[in-house]
Order: sequence, then structure tokens, then C-alpha cells
Amino acid sequence: MSVVLRGGRIIDRDGERTLDVEVGDDGRIAAVGTGLSGDAELDASGCVISPGFVDLHAHLREPGQEEAETIETGARGGSLGGYTALVTMPNTDPTTDCVAVVEQVRTLGRRSTCEIIPSAAMTVDRRGTEMAPMGELVDAGVGIFTDDGTGLQDPRLMRRVMEYSTGLTGRLGRPVVLAQHCEVTALSTGGFMHEGEWSSRLGIPGQPAESEELMVMRDIALVRLTGAHTHFQHLSTAASVAMVRGAKAAGLPVTAEATTHHLTLTDAACASYDPVFKVHPPLRTDADVQAIRDGLADGTIDAIATDHAPHAPHAKELPFDQAPPGMLGLETAFALTLDESGLDLPEVLALLSWKPAAIAGVADRHGAPILPGNPANLCVVDPDEVWTVSGAAMASRSCNTPYEGRSLRGRVRHTLRAGEPVVVDGEARR
Amino acid sequence: MTATLQSPPASGLGRHLLGIDGMSRSDLEEILDLTDTFAEIGRRPIPKVPALRGRTVATAFFENSTRTRMSFETAARRLSADTVAFSAGSSSLSKGESLRDTVEVVASYGADLLVVRHAMAGTAHRVADWTDLSVVNAGDGCHEHPTQALLDCYTLREQRGSLDGMRIAIVGDVRHSRVARSNILAFTALGAEVVLVAPATLLPPAIDGWPVTVFHELDPLLTDLDAVYLLRMQQERITEGLIPSLREYANDFGLSADRVARMRSDALVLHPGPTNRGVEISAEAAADPRSVILDQVVNGVSVRMAVLFRLLGSGQQLVAADIEPVGDDARPEGADR
Repeated sequence: MSVVLRGGRIIDRDGERTLDVEVGDDGRIAAVGTGLSGDAELDASGCVISPGFVDLHAHLREPGQEEAETIETGARGGSLGGYTALVTMPNTDPTTDCVAVVEQVRTLGRRSTCEIIPSAAMTVDRRGTEMAPMGELVDAGVGIFTDDGTGLQDPRLMRRVMEYSTGLTGRLGRPVVLAQHCEVTALSTGGFMHEGEWSSRLGIPGQPAESEELMVMRDIALVRLTGAHTHFQHLSTAASVAMVRGAKAAGLPVTAEATTHHLTLTDAACASYDPVFKVHPPLRTDADVQAIRDGLADGTIDAIATDHAPHAPHAKELPFDQAPPGMLGLETAFALTLDESGLDLPEVLALLSWKPAAIAGVADRHGAPILPGNPANLCVVDPDEVWTVSGAAMASRSCNTPYEGRSLRGRVRHTLRAGEPVVVDGEARR
Repeated sequence: MTATLQSPPASGLGRHLLGIDGMSRSDLEEILDLTDTFAEIGRRPIPKVPALRGRTVATAFFENSTRTRMSFETAARRLSADTVAFSAGSSSLSKGESLRDTVEVVASYGADLLVVRHAMAGTAHRVADWTDLSVVNAGDGCHEHPTQALLDCYTLREQRGSLDGMRIAIVGDVRHSRVARSNILAFTALGAEVVLVAPATLLPPAIDGWPVTVFHELDPLLTDLDAVYLLRMQQERITEGLIPSLREYANDFGLSADRVARMRSDALVLHPGPTNRGVEISAEAAADPRSVILDQVVNGVSVRMAVLFRLLGSGQQLVAADIEPVGDDARPEGADR
């Protein structure tokens, strides 16, 4: 069945034009132009047609914590958020550190409404002591390795992982990406929010910004030593942004992401003592938020990621120290970035779509220009629609959004995954 | 937004007592004035009145504290309230039950007021969000311990008539102290000047906006203090790398016999208890006539009676029937189990 997206304005990495898009029944873009017709039409008037979004950082909890989320529900939320591809994190149970679990995640992913791109752990069971079978995993198509949830503490092993990864470029066909959760646990353990004025007042033990910054500093030094492509996950401090800026200026192969929550919330939110605001790295200060925005504006930070981290309601009904860190992100990312980054729409779309697609190694099929022949992974966004966030209304099995009740501007109207309209008029079709 | 220590005062006392933060001078004075009445009851031969007959006070202690629990239970019984006790040792928390489930179960025993003690900051606030009961914070992690601050203020006021113009040093582990946070707010709200005296590692990481001055040495201040408030020092601060040893701490910050001798003749010595003799306070200093540590314990019951009455009683005004001696069924306290 062919579908025509009518009346919208196309924005992709080639620029901007007002044309209709016809999607063929082969899942590819059939035509871009005027006077197109198809078996069905989707109204795109007042909207922008963009390549689908790519999230570099999603916890879909399967296998292991299906009470909080499944790949099916996580992908549905992704589709509602305009995403057509999600990079899943390996802190599953069992850990995604071998080909068997990667294949399980992929198999589940094929039935979902997004392309699921499993990342794998750098070390066995994310313990930080022995290297995971990276060669085997690369041969199975894994291109991103991370121990996300913790950083790899041992600098010697991190050096070896970096060196080893550079030898796998030929087997993968592109450089392997090592995605680091930067946190020196010796400095952060026992802390549950950002250490500063608010933690001092609230009596919640804090994690200093330096626990992140020391690992950013270390890994930049090790990238200089090894040349391994390192991607800094969820940068949260001003000094981290400055160091990555310097590393890029020095020509090092580093990339970085920032989450929508580090772009929009500060540690003051923890004054409610509601663990819905507990996240790692923690919400930081106004100055850090501003530095993240500056880093997005000047290209230091390459991508917006969600760090979508569902937790069942009872898990957050615990004291602040005992509740697990993390918050939902997939369904709010577009609107928050548009509303609060200070960037214009084409820049927002770049940060959500084609720039992360390049890091994930899927630029051939996600984030690609909207041209005949390219895979039809698309979203249609209404930059003016105002809506109210409701965790209960989200597709996620969990409802731990920190934006509950907040009014946001900008909403995903339609999403097409390989030509299939998986979201139509803001509703998931399956 | 900068985090000063104190939020803007809320309008009067609410349904809960979660912290000194948000309380105005008049809110504090209202409780202290009410405490006078209950202190008088405590001096009666049978220190018991019917003010809260038929009401139930539940204590939910997720962290051990024999003294605070005894103080609240004594206060409740003197007001003729029933008490039910929950402690984490006998709880289901270790069986995967969420805190919210536990609170709902405790509330379902017909309690009217919940006294919550927990090792983590903010837990009493969360509990208050989940229940229709009144909640009294009996200490939440490193955050607040409002009834301790009220009893400390009452003790100082009892000795001096007013806190206005007093210079009070809070000495020791301010970083981990809920007592210090509550007392800084309460002492300054009542007109006192607060100085913090501690090694740099035992101060909160960022206190620029706090209404205090900070010193790292005790000796130069001793002769210029109206009161010294000593905080408990714990052995685990050494393994955490915050101080080298208890011996070094005692040498630099402990209120030794020598130091107490140099204090003014009308100065006061306070400690929230239990004391570590020979660490933050010497036996001589604890026994010095200027020490009001036992007064604090006695006043703790009176203050908690005032708080329970204020939150559960017949409104703000005490009526005669609330505080008349109990009738024929009255027995000495402790015999009514």
C-alpha cells in the first residue's frame, strides 16, 4: 500500500522544501514532488516531514525487567516520539554481552515498530574486569559497545578495550564506537544527586561533578593514546562539555550526546524528594544546563539522546537513596528539545535524526535525505501543537516521567517505519 | 536558583511537622509557648492529661533510635493517646514491599498521626505525600530533626528567657547532621547568631547561602560563646576518610575539661545525645553545672507533647478539660500497658 504525505514542509540534512512525499509499498520513498497520489494519504499540513529520529541511548529492559518495559512497548513509545531506530543499552538480565543475547534483542526488535540496534557491553557482565567478546559481537553486526550504567573504572582495561577496538574496524566496515558512561565511582558512590548547594540543604548525599569530569579527562587522554572512537554518553557538566570541545578542536575522534533532562532540569527539582528526579548522571546546576545548550549550539555535542529508563511505579515509591535512577524520555524528547534548547527546528532535527544516525552507523537507512529510493523511515512533526505530558498515557509500561502535567509545544503527528504508518495522528497503530 | 538554607515561610503551621524549614519565628514561638503548659504537666505527681484520649499515635522507625522513640511514646501516653509501634526490624521492607505499601499498612491500624524516623533525607516528606494522616518527622537522614531543634530552643529559652542576641557554636559533624540543619534554622529564626566549628571535611559541601559563619578552630571562640552545641562524632567518619582519628578530633574539637573551664560562667553546653564521652565531650564538661544535657531530655517530652497536641488536639487553644488531671482510672505513667 502506497502512502502520500501531503501538505508538509520537508526538512532533512539537504535543507528545506515544500513538497509531498510518496512512500511505496516496498518501504522506500517512491517520489518527492507535487500532484502525487497513493492508496492512502496522511495529512501533513502545518507540519514538517523529517527523517525519523534515532536514539543513541534507550533502556528497553528486555530481557530481564519486563515489568518496567519491553522492546515492544519501548519501541511503541519511540514511534510516538518520532523515532524509527533505537540503540538499546546492554544492562539487561542477562547482560547483552554475547551474540546470543544480541540476537534475542534483535529478534524481539524485528516484531516492534522501531529498528532495534543492540549495543553490547565492553566487559563481561559489565563488571569492568574482562573484555567482552568484541570480535564475535562485531561479526554479529554490533557497532557500539558500552558498560552504560557504570563507567569502565580500570584505566588499564579501558586502554586495552580502546586498542582492541581499533583492530576491528575492518571487520565492522567502520570504526567501532565505544560509548562511555563517565563516572568515577570512587567519588560518586554513596551520592544520590548532584553535590552542591541543593544537596547540602536537602541533606541528600551528593556526587560531585568531578566524578564525571575525571573520566571524561581520562578517556580523552586514552583516545589520544589509542585513536579509538569514543562517544561520551549523557554529558552533564560544564567542564565535561569544555573538555570534549577541546578534544574535538584537537582533532580527536570523539562524539558526545546530551539528554533532554540534562537540557531542561536542574538539581533544584530534587527538593520534592521525589525519586522521579533521581537519575545518573544527576541533574546539575543552571550553569551546567546552559553549558549543555551551548555545547549543542556549537556542535560540541553531536546528538540528543533520551537515556529512556523505565522503572515500575513501586520501584520509585522508595526512599531517595533506594529508588533506582532513571526517567522516561522517548515521548517527550522532540518537544523538550524544540522548546528548551534555544535551537531552531532544522538544528533540533539534526540532533535527533541524522547526526545520531551517523554515530550509530545507520545513516544509510535512518536520517537519510528524503529522496526517492531511500528507506521510508520518517516522522511528521507539528511544531505548534501544544499538549500535556501524562505518564499514564504513555506507551511505556512505566510512568516515571519527570515532566508530568507539563505543557509542551511540538508533537509527533505521524511516524513511518520502513513505509508502514506506525503512528497516525498521534496514535500508535500497533 | 540558589539554595539558601531556608525556604520562604509557609503560612502558619500545617497538618505536618516535617522540618523547621518554612516555619516562621511566630510558628516556633507558638509551639514553645504551648510547651510551657505541658512542662507543667510533666511536673505533676501524675503527669497525665486526657487531651488526646481516643487518638492513636503510630511510630514508624526505619532506623534505630531508642531515645527519640521513648520520648515520643512518653509524650503520647501523657496525653492519653494510644501508641502503636512499627520498626524496620520487624517490617516487610526487606521482603520487597515498597515504603508506600508499608505506610499504608501502618496507617490502616487506625493511627491519627505518624511519627517517622528514617536514615534517608526526605522520607517523612514522601510519607506525608502519600497519607492523609499528620506526619511528624523524627529525623530524616542528614536533613532535619525538627522536634530536636524545638526542644533545644525551649531549653535555651528556659535558661536565658530568649535566644535573641545569643552566639551559639554548633561543633562537629555538621555535614551528616540533621540536628545541625534544623537548629541553624531555628536558632537564627529566633534571633541567635550561629557559628559552625568543624574540620573542613565535616561541613556540607556548599553552604554559601546559609546564615552562619564558619570556623575550623574552637579555641579562639570559646570565651565569646553563649552556648556550645556539640554534635555526635561517629567512628565511621574515619573509614570514610573524613578525619584521621577520634583522638585528633577530640584534641581539636572536643569539649575537654580545660576548654569548658575557659567558657563564660553563664555559657551553656548542649548535646543531642547519646554522648561519646572523651570524644566530642569530656566527662567533666558533661557534668559541669553549665551543661543542660539532661534538661534537653526532659524538655524533649514536653515539646513533643506540644507538637502532638498542636497537630491532633482540639485546635490551637488548650481548653481546661484537655489538661485537667485524669480521673479515677489514672495510674502512674508506665503502668498502663
